[in-house]
Amino acid sequence: MITLAVNGQTLSTELPPETPLLWVLRDGLGLTGTKYGCGVAACGACTVLVEGEAVRSCQLPVGEVNGAVTTIEGLAGAEGLHPLQKAWVAEQVAQCGYCQSGQIMQAAGLLMANPQPSDAEILEAMDGNLCRCGAYPRILAAIKAASAAMAG
Amino acid sequence: MGRAGKIARRSFLIGSAALVGGVAFGWYQYRKELPNPLQGQGLGALTPYVLIDASGVTVIAPRAEMGQGTHTTLAALVAEELDLDWSAVRVLHGPPAQAYYNGSLLREGVPFAPLDQGWLAETARDAMDVPARFLGLQVTGGSTSIPDGFEKMRLAGAVARLALIRAAARRSGLVEADLRTEGGRVLLPDGASLSYAELAVEAAAVELPDPPELRPSNAWKLLGKSLPRTDMAAKSDGSARYACDVRLPGMVFATVRRNPAPGAALLRFDAKEALAFPGGRDVLPLENGFAAVAESSWAAMQALDLVQVEWAAPDVAVDEALIAADLRAALDGAPEATAREQGEISAPEFEAEYSVPHQAHATMEPMGAAAWLQDGRLQLWAGTQFPTMALAEAAKAAGVAPDAVEFHTEFMGGGFGRRAEMDFIRQAASLAKALSPVPVLLSWSREEDMAQDMYRPAAMARVRASVADGAVSQFHLATAAGSIIESLAGRFGFPALGPDSSILQGAGEQPYDFPNYLVTGHRAETRVPLGFWRSVGNSQNAFFHDCALDELAHLAGVDPLLFRMRQMTHLPSIQVLEAAAEISNWGATAPGRAKGVGFCYSFGVPVAEVVEVEDTPQGIRLTGAWIAADPGIALDPSIIEAQLSGGMVFGLSAAMQGAITFAQGRVEQSNFWDYEPMRMRQCPPITVKILQSGGEIRGIGEPGTPPAAPALANAIFALTGKRIRHLPLNREVRFA
Repeated sequence: MITLAVNGQTLSTELPPETPLLWVLRDGLGLTGTKYGCGVAACGACTVLVEGEAVRSCQLPVGEVNGAVTTIEGLAGAEGLHPLQKAWVAEQVAQCGYCQSGQIMQAAGLLMANPQPSDAEILEAMDGNLCRCGAYPRILAAIKAASAAMAG
Repeated sequence: MGRAGKIARRSFLIGSAALVGGVAFGWYQYRKELPNPLQGQGLGALTPYVLIDASGVTVIAPRAEMGQGTHTTLAALVAEELDLDWSAVRVLHGPPAQAYYNGSLLREGVPFAPLDQGWLAETARDAMDVPARFLGLQVTGGSTSIPDGFEKMRLAGAVARLALIRAAARRSGLVEADLRTEGGRVLLPDGASLSYAELAVEAAAVELPDPPELRPSNAWKLLGKSLPRTDMAAKSDGSARYACDVRLPGMVFATVRRNPAPGAALLRFDAKEALAFPGGRDVLPLENGFAAVAESSWAAMQALDLVQVEWAAPDVAVDEALIAADLRAALDGAPEATAREQGEISAPEFEAEYSVPHQAHATMEPMGAAAWLQDGRLQLWAGTQFPTMALAEAAKAAGVAPDAVEFHTEFMGGGFGRRAEMDFIRQAASLAKALSPVPVLLSWSREEDMAQDMYRPAAMARVRASVADGAVSQFHLATAAGSIIESLAGRFGFPALGPDSSILQGAGEQPYDFPNYLVTGHRAETRVPLGFWRSVGNSQNAFFHDCALDELAHLAGVDPLLFRMRQMTHLPSIQVLEAAAEISNWGATAPGRAKGVGFCYSFGVPVAEVVEVEDTPQGIRLTGAWIAADPGIALDPSIIEAQLSGGMVFGLSAAMQGAITFAQGRVEQSNFWDYEPMRMRQCPPITVKILQSGGEIRGIGEPGTPPAAPALANAIFALTGKRIRHLPLNREVRFA
C-alpha cells in the first residue's frame, strides 16, 4: 500500500507502485479532474503540482512521488477559487474544457516560480499543453489577468 | 409560426410530482410520450424543454455540449422569454428522444445552394423536417443547434411563462393582464410575488395557451449579450464530468485494440501473459479486436500490450500512392454531380492541381464510455452527438430492448464530428454485457484513437481558369474525394442513395458570378473509414477554390481581397471581406511580413480570414489573424468569437502540420508527437469582428475552419512567392 499527500489529505492506494500517478488519482482515488490525453507527456492534460512544481502525472510512477500533490480539485484555498480559476471564469476560457485542468495546473506552477511572467515566458511555459478547441488566446489572457490580480 | 407553434404547445413540461417526489414525473412523462409521427397532428407528443421543480427551473437542452457553448445559448433562448434570472438557470442534456429531432440538420441536404432562398428551395428545406422527425435524428452537428432551436426554445419559454401567469391569476384572483414576470417570479400589482416553483403544480394543470408573439430583438435582455457560460465554473475547478470520469461501485477498467488495418479481422490471440499482469482481469474478444479489463485503466493498457495477436491482412493494402491514384482516376473520370454550370470552359490559361491529406479528429478526450448491465437493464454514459442512435446501438450490442436502456449524455472532451460515430458505444455496451453485473469504464488509448478514427477524406482538385480585364472570365473546379456518406452508410446500415453532397460542399455555393463557371464533384474509391470532420467538405474545397482565386488575382494583377469582393454577388459576403480588410489593416503591412486572405461561405455564414506571417530565422511565424463573419443574428458574441477563433485554429493546425497517412493499410501516425495540433506559441493573436446582416440565423461552430488554410497558404505566397498547392504546408516550409 502506498500513502500519498494529495490536496492536504493523506490518501492511500492499493495500486502497484509503478502505476503512474495519473491513474492512481483517477482510477484509485476518484480524483477525475486530472485528465488522460496522450500517456506520453505530449499534451499536458494530466498536469498536477508536486511540491509546487508542474509535472506530467502520466509519466510519474506513484511509488516515486516525493512530496505533496496538488490537483485541480485542491487548487482552491480557504479563501475560495485560485486567482487562475477566477480568471478562467472571467475570461470564459474553456470550450470543451477537457484540457483545462492541465492548463490551469501548468499555469499555477508557472506563477509559483515566476509570479510576473512576460508573454514570451507564458508561451514557453504553456507550450506543452495542447488545446484542441484552440482556446489559446483566452488562456494567455487569463494567465496575465491572474498574474496581475495576484500582484494586487 | 405554424409548425413551430405546434411544437411549443407541447413543449412545456412542469414536473408537478417533482415537488413531492423528485424529478421522476418529468422524466417518466417524456419517456412515455415518445411520439409516433404517424398519429395525431403535428408532432403528436410532448417535447419538453422546461422543467420546474421545487429547486427551480431547469432548461432541457436537446443538443450536446462539446465545447461549442450550445447549452448556454439554448438555455438563454428559453430564459429570455421565461424571464429567468440567468445566474439561477440550470441546464440538463435531455434523454435521447425522437421529440428532440434536429429539423435543421437535413435542411442543408437539399440540392439547392444555401444562398438560394427561392420558394422551391425553401419548400424543399421545410419538407426535410419530416424525415428528420421520422428518423428521430437527435443530432448535434452541421452547425444546426441554434438555427434549429432559435424559435423552438423561445416558444417553449414563452408558453411556460403564460402558463405560470395563468396559474398565478387563478391563485390570486387577479386578471392575467395585471401580472408581470421577472427573475423567475410572477409579480403581483401589490408588490407581492410568487416563485415559479410554487406555481409549478397549478401551472401544469392549466390548459396551455396558444403560442404568443415572441419578443422583438430590441427587447432582449439576455440574447445578443455575452453571458457567462453555464458550464464554465465546472470546467475551471475540475468538477465537469465527462464520460471517462464516471465512477461506479466495483467498476473495472477496460481498453481496446482493433486490427490496425481498419475493417480487417482478428484471427487469433493469446491472453496468457496479459492475464498474468498485476491487476489484469480479463481479455475479451470484440469486433475485429479485443479488450483488456483490469483494476485500473493503466493496468488494462499494459495488459493489452501483452496480448499475443495475429491480425488478418486487409483486403487492400491502402497507401498514399493508391489514395492519390484513386483521386486522379476520379478526376479523370466523369463527375458524379455538378454543383454549378453556366457558360462554357475552353482553352484555360491557368491550370493547377491541389490536394489535401486525411485528417484525424484527435479530440483531447479519447473515445470511451461507461456502461453497466444489471438485472436486464443497461445504463450507458457517453459523450455523443447522436444520442437516439447511440441508445439503439447500445441496446443491440447489449442484447436488451431499447426501453431497457438508460442513456446519459455527458460533456464531450471535444467532438468535431468524431462523437457522431457508434464504435465506442457498441464496444462499451458489449463489454457491459460480458462483464454483467460489474460496471465497466472503457477508455481508448491515444494510439487507438489515432489509428481508429473516421477521417476527413483526402481530396484532390483541378482548377482550369482564365482572367480577363482584371476578373475571372472562366473557372472550372473539379473536386474529388472518397465518400463520407458511403462510408457512414456502411457502418450505420443505411442505404446510400444518390451523389454524396459532401464531396462538393463549399465548392459549388461560393457567392461569385463568373461568366463561365463549372464546379464538378468526383467520387473517388472509398477505402478507409471516412467521417464528418469540423466543416466537412468545406474544409478541403475552401482551400481549392479560394487558393485558385488568389492565384488568379495575382495573374490579373489585382489586389486579392479586392479581386474577390468585386466578383461577389452576395452583400453580406462583400461586407465580411470589407470588415476583414479594415480590422487587419489590409493595405499596410510591416516590412518582413505579409498578409493573405481566405474566404468561404459555409453553413450559410460568410467568413473572411486574414493571416499575417513573418519570416524568422526559426521559420515562418504567424504574427496575426483576423476574422470577420456574419451569422445573420449574433446571440452570444463571446461564444461566437470563441467558436470562430477556435475553428480557425483547428483549420490552421491541419493546414500547417496535420496529415494522416496510410501505409500497408494502416495509419502511420500514433500520438500527438506525429499528429501535432497547433501549440500555444504558434498561435497568433486573433481579432474577431461579428457582423449581423439580420438574415436567417446560422450556427457558428464550423464556419471558422474553412478559410484558415487558404488564408495561410496565400499569406505564405505573399511572403515568399511560393505557391503551395498541397497540404500540409510544413512539407514545403518550416514553421517557427
